[in-house]
Amino acid sequence: MVGILLVSHVQSLADGVKDLAKMIAPAVPIVAVGGLSDGSPGTDVERIYSGLNEVDQGDGVMIFMDLGSAVMSTEMALEFNPNDKHIMQNAPMVEGTIVAASAIQVGSTIEDACDLVESQKNIDKF
Amino acid sequence: MSVNKETLLNIIKCMQKNITENREYLSDLDREIGDGDHGINMDRGFQEVMKKMDEMENQDLAGILRTTGMTLAFKVGGASGPLYGTAFMKASDVLKGKEEIVIADLPALLEAGIGGIQMRGKAEQYEKTMLDALIPAKNALEEALANGSSSEEAIKAMLDACEAGTEYTKTIKATKGRASYIGERSIGHMDPGAASSLVLLRSIAEVIK
Repeated sequence: MVGILLVSHVQSLADGVKDLAKMIAPAVPIVAVGGLSDGSPGTDVERIYSGLNEVDQGDGVMIFMDLGSAVMSTEMALEFNPNDKHIMQNAPMVEGTIVAASAIQVGSTIEDACDLVESQKNIDKF
Repeated sequence: MSVNKETLLNIIKCMQKNITENREYLSDLDREIGDGDHGINMDRGFQEVMKKMDEMENQDLAGILRTTGMTLAFKVGGASGPLYGTAFMKASDVLKGKEEIVIADLPALLEAGIGGIQMRGKAEQYEKTMLDALIPAKNALEEALANGSSSEEAIKAMLDACEAGTEYTKTIKATKGRASYIGERSIGHMDPGAASSLVLLRSIAEVIK
């Protein structure tokens, strides 16, 4: 099954998005990484790298980031062990995660789930 | 000017000393236009680099810069970690196989570092970032050396341009990074990344002078 990695500046934000996604997609492997190892806000390349390995079951990992350095830190983590199926998503973290998790829950491949996120990412809230 | 392994380690120690001394100053600058942790982050990163000193004493010049870069990338915790981390790692590639750095090598080292920052941050000059300090510094150094200046003169030209570039960030609007969220209101404030770049270049000059 495709995994989802959430990368945020704070652990509680990543955990919250994970909780929300788990409600509709309980079977999907999701790992939430937030903040630094001492609990302060920030992004930690080492923790992102471990999270990536933890959530990867071999079918790929979709990665959703919150802001700024989360993107750069994720890029660095990916460079240490390049894998075509570890894919950063250029989409809002909450909406993107829900769309991806829903698709993966019903057996979507990473390619299809990425296409779906891409097609849904600009949908207006109202 | 000639920098061997010992001198390079001294430069890195000096960078840590100066970053630690400027911790509050850099965070204060960041508080004006960002999230207020630039000094704390940079200090954390360089303290972690100091813990690698024993390991680095057994490495060559390229290895020292690579270890410094990896440590900053992993430990800083903010955007400046991947940015400076990539800069040091790219500069490390320039030093492969070398046992000393001479003044003529310095522009290439800076250029590689700048390239790393641009690759990672997808930024250009004049966007109110560290590049506004580093690019003029590299250009001034290159120009001085091309005009036959001595090492001392060239380093002074580099620092002068870096200072001017850092000051210049006060006059422009941020279009990259956290400060871009406040747009016009970023005018009047110095970019903390440019300020930390100045601290790092001054540290190089302080050791090799």
